[in-house]
Amino acid sequence: MLRLDAEEAGRLILAALFAVLVAMGLAWAIPGARAAETRTLLNVSYDPTRELYQAIDAAFITSWKAKTGEDIKINQSHGGSGKQARSVIDGLPADVVTLALAYDIDAIADKARLLDEGWQKRLADNSAPYTSTIVFLVRRGNPKQIKDWDDLVKPDVAVITPNPKTSGGARWNYLAAWGYELHRSNGDQAKAEDFVTRLYRNVPVLDSGARGSTVTFAQRGQGDVLISWENEAYLALKEFGDGFEIVTPSLSILAEPPVAVVDKVVDKHGTRDLAEAYLRFLYTTEAQEIIAGNFYRPRDPAAIKRSAGTFPVVKLFTIDAVFGGWKQAQTTHFADGGVFDRISARK
Amino acid sequence: MSQSAPRDPVVVRWLLTITALAFLGLFLVLPLATVLVEAFAKGWAAYARALSGDDALASVRLTLLVAAIAVPLNIVFGLAASWAIAKFDFSGKSLLISLIELPFSVSPVISGLIYVLLFGLQGWLGPWLDDHGLRIIFAVPGIVLATIFVTFPFVARELIPLMEQQGREEEEAALTLGAGGLTTFRLVTMPNMRWGLLYGVLLCNARAMGEFGAVSVVSGHIRGLTNTMPLHVEILYNEYDFVGAFAVASLLAVLALVTLAAKTALEWWHRDELVATGH
Amino acid sequence: MSIATLSWRRRTRVASSVIPGFGPTLGFTLFYLSLIVLLPLAALLLKAAGASWAQWGHILGDSRVLSALWLSFGGAFAAALINAVFGLLVAWVLVRYPFPGRRIVDAFVDLPFALPTAVAGIALTALYAPNGWLGRLLAPLGIKVAFTPLGVVVAMVFIGLPFVVRTVEPVLQDVDLELEEAAASLGADRLQTFVLVILPAIAPSLLTGFSLALARAVGEYGSVIFIAGNIPGVSEIAPLLIITRLEQYDYVGATAIAVLMLALSFSLLLAVNLAQKWRSTRMGG
Repeated sequence: MLRLDAEEAGRLILAALFAVLVAMGLAWAIPGARAAETRTLLNVSYDPTRELYQAIDAAFITSWKAKTGEDIKINQSHGGSGKQARSVIDGLPADVVTLALAYDIDAIADKARLLDEGWQKRLADNSAPYTSTIVFLVRRGNPKQIKDWDDLVKPDVAVITPNPKTSGGARWNYLAAWGYELHRSNGDQAKAEDFVTRLYRNVPVLDSGARGSTVTFAQRGQGDVLISWENEAYLALKEFGDGFEIVTPSLSILAEPPVAVVDKVVDKHGTRDLAEAYLRFLYTTEAQEIIAGNFYRPRDPAAIKRSAGTFPVVKLFTIDAVFGGWKQAQTTHFADGGVFDRISARK
Repeated sequence: MSQSAPRDPVVVRWLLTITALAFLGLFLVLPLATVLVEAFAKGWAAYARALSGDDALASVRLTLLVAAIAVPLNIVFGLAASWAIAKFDFSGKSLLISLIELPFSVSPVISGLIYVLLFGLQGWLGPWLDDHGLRIIFAVPGIVLATIFVTFPFVARELIPLMEQQGREEEEAALTLGAGGLTTFRLVTMPNMRWGLLYGVLLCNARAMGEFGAVSVVSGHIRGLTNTMPLHVEILYNEYDFVGAFAVASLLAVLALVTLAAKTALEWWHRDELVATGH
Repeated sequence: MSIATLSWRRRTRVASSVIPGFGPTLGFTLFYLSLIVLLPLAALLLKAAGASWAQWGHILGDSRVLSALWLSFGGAFAAALINAVFGLLVAWVLVRYPFPGRRIVDAFVDLPFALPTAVAGIALTALYAPNGWLGRLLAPLGIKVAFTPLGVVVAMVFIGLPFVVRTVEPVLQDVDLELEEAAASLGADRLQTFVLVILPAIAPSLLTGFSLALARAVGEYGSVIFIAGNIPGVSEIAPLLIITRLEQYDYVGATAIAVLMLALSFSLLLAVNLAQKWRSTRMGG
């Protein structure tokens, strides 16, 4: 009909060009399409653990090389714990997850079936090689005289804490506050809700992760007090010099950030041995020293003794004792239509 | 350009000019200056160190790779679309043009969300992709796709009015003289399109390298692997490394300034060829 | 031309059958468009359609969703208004009053197009935070910009700045001086001339620039997210709400809000386009 030769040539060229570009793209997508590479682990973690895992990864790579002679690589991804869990559910190919709370890993087991429901029993101490708690960071001199949780609901105090909907640390913060008032009022849930409501009324900005809140408080100078992971608070002291002080509340919650191997992913990647060794490594003396050095409370008795001077003694309660575990707490407080939604709506 | 200069009182002229410049200074110059000042807040050594880190270099490589894939694809699309639209009449042309301009009205977050819905593990094609070992979301292809979505109108938008303005006579004349389709395209159409194409490519590239929202949703934030420069800026910012964050940001700012300079040069020297698109 | 060729031309409804390539170029265009745009958007709509009426009611009645939409659309509206006024001013000055360095300033106006949104975000936040250059000056006056809705508007003004300037400039250049001189000779002062002669001439382009700035600012994420306060019901922008829902595994909720945003944006743009069309037919083009 028309000039088919030029037509066909044009069509062929366009198609070839497109095919080349698509092939380039696919070459990136398909693992193994590239030349044989070193084995890699992807550790999907929560927000504040950036510095911790930088050190741990370096130590593990050296240790593994010494033990097996194999060169490996470890990739890290960080973000709010809930957000990271969502990414894994959506396909982020994590070999191990080291998140802020058990519920987020439960969600991965539940919704994406990537690991077994009984994952938490596989490692010692509920699969939590380190613990932490919730403390306050205030400005040097403590101008607003913040001593305990009840100072946070005073009308002239601005409180910085992240968004419980996206951040794991934020949820620990919330539960610690709730638990404090519950204890003080002898189990009055209504009083606890009122207390937490008044606390959130004092919050001017909700970042999506614990690290974001620390940046807002310490770098951008917002707020009078930061409710934060203990390790975050110490790290902030280290980073920002002596412009800040840590205030330990009278009562706080025992936070057990758990770790797990993602079964389906490691079996597909052929990295199970590596992943399991990596998590077991977290319980070794060497790793526990690094953990203590990054202001996480270690489990290893020797490390605990050595770092006793770093950590203040805090009266701690557990989420199981006060809230009936994470599933219960999530449903009651943080799920859609839960208590936190009620509290936000009321402001 | 100073037609009303004699008509407006000098005071008014000065007042208006200063106000306009103050507005621009406040909203444009100050933020740019902030980037540069904060980047060098700890001196040249710290600046250089920030840019030579592994993750920073990886993010630069990824940004360049994504742009290198997205921009040529969008060029091909832009040429094809403008050829079809400008040289032929068919019903549904306005609809097609509106569809092409669609990504401009879509929030970057939504642009990323749609690919997660399509290619994520819980999405339509997710399970199929997973069974075949193909990774789109949380890997480079997903980032490329999201970037293509956000940037593909740029080239088409420049070329369509330009080609429409050129009309069809030149091509028809060449064809009746015996030139083939491709030859016509190469020797008649392209020379007229050169500067408009370049202009569109500049804008497309700037946006491709700088896209944040859409890429943030599909990226997975795996350091050294799936972080583009804008995402890396966010990471450094969140690690208290403000010098680092602003250092990488300064690279992007320099890219922006180069884009602006190139754009201006194009407009200056090839005003006539670009006039159809209202520059 | 043979009869056969003529009737073929009529059948394909292609005006120019001499130029080749209609099939392949249109085919490729549609293919690309479908793959990149239509298919993913269809996934979005289908997911949102999966929401029951009760869920839609819940989402539309949720005050947090409404506040976020109000902030995104309201803030964008305010920012676009500011850009309309000052954009007009900038375009006027650039066209009418030459000054040394005018070309550089003109080029600089396009900075928001070229600068990555995340860079703008951290720069604006650094600038307006209480310890930033401008934040420090405004704090004693009791004006807080960073982490307030005001900060959101500031970021949106930055994002939309070039639109009005760029759409008004060429029209302003083409305004017929004779009209102005005629008005002056009839006794109108400059202000009257501006309002009654010039403004109507540039009104359509002003409106176009305004709506473009508005559309851009509504969905903006990167430059706003750093400076916004993210407090639900106060300073949380709609795109962030979408991400928050996503992170709660609430895909239906996320897509519902996304579809709502799209619908509102399109209606706005459609209204503006129709207004322009109505106006141009009324005034004869």
